[in-house]
Amino acid sequence: MAADTVVHASGVVMRFGGVTAVDGVSLRLRRGELRCLIGPNGAGKSTFFKCLSGQLVPTEGEILLRGDPIEGLALHAVARLGVGIKTQVPSLMNALSVRENLWLSARSLRQRSAAEVQQRVDELTEQLGLGAQLQRDAGALAHGQRQMVELGVVLARNPWLVLLDEPAGGLTRDEVHRMAELVRALTAQATVVVVEHDMNFVREIADTVTAFHRGRVLAEGTADAVLSDERVRDVYLGRAAKEPA
Amino acid sequence: MDQTLVSLFDLIYTIATLALVSAGLALVFGLMRVINLAHGEFIVLGGYATIVALQWGVNIWVAMLLVAPLTVGVFGLIVERLVIRWLYGRTVDTLLATWGLSLAMAGGLSMVFGSTTTGVPNPLGPLQLGSFQVGGYGVFLIALTVVLLLTMYLVLRHTRAGLVVRGAMQSAEVAAALGHSPQRIYLLTFVVGSMVSGLAGGVLAPLVGLTPNAGGQFIAKAFITVISGGSSVVAGTLSASVLLGTVSKFFELLATPVVGELALLISAVVLLRWLPQGITSRVFKGAA
Amino acid sequence: MKRTPTPPRARLRPWHGFAATALLLALAPLLVNDFTLTLLAIYALLALSLAFVWGIGGVLCFGQAAFYGLGAYTYAVVSINMGGSSVALLLGVAVAGAAALALGSMMFYGRIGDVYLGVITLVFTLLLFKYVSSTAGSAYAIGQAQLGGFNGIPGFPALNVPGLPDQPVYGLGLYAVVASALLACWGLLRWLCQTAFGRVLAGVRENELRAELSGYDVRLIKTLTFGLGGAVAGLAGVFFACWAEIVTPEVFSLGVSAEIIIWVLVGGLGTLWGPMLGAVLLGALKGWLGTQQGLDSGVVMGLLLMAVVLFLPRGVLPALLKLFRRPPPEGPANGR
Repeated sequence: MAADTVVHASGVVMRFGGVTAVDGVSLRLRRGELRCLIGPNGAGKSTFFKCLSGQLVPTEGEILLRGDPIEGLALHAVARLGVGIKTQVPSLMNALSVRENLWLSARSLRQRSAAEVQQRVDELTEQLGLGAQLQRDAGALAHGQRQMVELGVVLARNPWLVLLDEPAGGLTRDEVHRMAELVRALTAQATVVVVEHDMNFVREIADTVTAFHRGRVLAEGTADAVLSDERVRDVYLGRAAKEPA
Repeated sequence: MDQTLVSLFDLIYTIATLALVSAGLALVFGLMRVINLAHGEFIVLGGYATIVALQWGVNIWVAMLLVAPLTVGVFGLIVERLVIRWLYGRTVDTLLATWGLSLAMAGGLSMVFGSTTTGVPNPLGPLQLGSFQVGGYGVFLIALTVVLLLTMYLVLRHTRAGLVVRGAMQSAEVAAALGHSPQRIYLLTFVVGSMVSGLAGGVLAPLVGLTPNAGGQFIAKAFITVISGGSSVVAGTLSASVLLGTVSKFFELLATPVVGELALLISAVVLLRWLPQGITSRVFKGAA
Repeated sequence: MKRTPTPPRARLRPWHGFAATALLLALAPLLVNDFTLTLLAIYALLALSLAFVWGIGGVLCFGQAAFYGLGAYTYAVVSINMGGSSVALLLGVAVAGAAALALGSMMFYGRIGDVYLGVITLVFTLLLFKYVSSTAGSAYAIGQAQLGGFNGIPGFPALNVPGLPDQPVYGLGLYAVVASALLACWGLLRWLCQTAFGRVLAGVRENELRAELSGYDVRLIKTLTFGLGGAVAGLAGVFFACWAEIVTPEVFSLGVSAEIIIWVLVGGLGTLWGPMLGAVLLGALKGWLGTQQGLDSGVVMGLLLMAVVLFLPRGVLPALLKLFRRPPPEGPANGR
């Protein structure tokens, strides 16, 4: 394993009863890389994502984060390894204020003093423009704001590996740009994996792209290479698209 | 040899009683995810309906097999319309509301019937089995339970009504697409479940000294059997009844009836630790 | 599908309410006899335990009576064997707390969901009820204390001044002890809610997944919460034993568990004071109903529970409060 490889997944298989959602996927991520996972619905990318985050235990295969296998680790233990996870549907503490949400996440790093926790919350508030929403209940916010808050919650722990499931989902064009900026900026301190449907967003941020199809890796490479790959287009647009214009 | 037969008969009887007591709850839980904690009181109500019918001179078989289910069925209709239907999807709230209902019913029955135990005469005499005797009524109960479970299975699996009900439980759109209102289906399922509970009460009346507070003993066992069984109505009830009934009987023979009861409760808890969704989430999956 | 209760604010609230309650408790014996007051205070303590576990922790326990009963029975057994009350009291709380920790860890580390949690806590209480009810006969004894089956254990030493086994504490004295304990526990739990643990607990209640993804061990947190709630319930049980001077399997009954839940629901899920007040009011109501011939208390309680779940899921008391807090209508007559 190259010294620079921080995420190493080999032969990951995920079966639910009779359905094989992920059928032998192997992946390698270098430090500071921003990888996008794309594919139509049911291709297995979200399932694979959940294997990376520890939410699902693979039926077969191995996942190493910085050399440590995560098999059998409880969710919070994976998080404590330094992994930040944003779920597909924003998962916040709705009846608590935005500030409280951020505070709880920031505080979870035990070694921080109260002052440091406060400082981190302030940093994030500034960085993500949450000042006006701080005292409001997380559940009362608009969808776009919730996505931002969740990003803040994820980053509060200074993770070295950031997993984002559809961070651009439901956002307006401006919000998408803002999100892209923020996500791109993450690579200075972290390795990032993003599951996304929005191809413009993917083009804007990705170093590399992995395209999923029927639980397998169909193509992998730079965004341009993958998105212009014939097979990928077939899968997304259907065979009819092969007809000459 | 005869001794073994009698013991076997005893075991089957225990299993059948457990299944009978659980069937109504299983139907409602398996199809609607509704746990009616007043189920025990529904059974007791069936028993009292039988008693009252008897006092009015109705034939005991009619009282047990007709009056009891019908009475509780009607009661179930009222309960569903007034209480249950507002709480679909809210599992915990349903538990709480039906718990309240059970308290109210027990209290109400106390007010009407007083707290003395009422008995119902056993309509069947003993039966010869080799050189031993078993209760004829026990045979009747076992036979009835078998017929009941079989009927439930056949209806759910092989009739259009059963298909519609099962489909509706997967998704309300399916029911609507089939031309039926989901609300109607839920109501029907709950009423049928109530009728089965009433039937159980009627049939058990000659065997159990009925008091207004007798519901507690039924709900505990039924609740545990249904949860252990999982989401398949008939397969779940049957498998859980067999498992728990056998464990209970085994420990009862080893020690005392109380130990048997304790063993039943503990084994259910152990089972749930390993199969949190019940037996039929792994075994007999997808059966009716 | 989880009930979302009214969240307690993490900010430090002026402790007016606390002081006012302390005053009320001190003056109450002037109006009501201490025998009744002690029982109501015990109910309030019991309600407090579930208010913490359910309202703050988000864990609905169907069998809080189990820990209440364990506290009561442990006190009876130990006080008989030791001849005094101090150790018995401590052990009563300890046993109840330990049982709650054990049961809690089994459930939470087993990742058991909402409904099944209810089943297991229900079964646990049932187990205790059935077992203790069957302990008639001299074969069932712990040391010098016979368990007594249905009839329970009568005639154990009452609460005495620590170190002086011949100085019993009863009547007004007992009331003072219970009321003080009630205030102390309430104060402790209030304080706890405002610490980091309390705030994390609120987070776990609100969104367990997110709490886990943030690196919190939710299993441990819920187990500790459950254990603490069990200990407080156990303390209430100990006091009940001292007050009633007899313990019977009735303390483990589902009826008691149901009552506790009704107190919390009526009083308002999510606060600590609401359920305590609910317990006092409903306890008084039940006592009054007991003297009535016509109406069975079960009917009233059952209907009340149904009504609250259907119409006022946030609780009766919070709804009433809202009525009083409604702002005055605006208009020229009001000078606004």
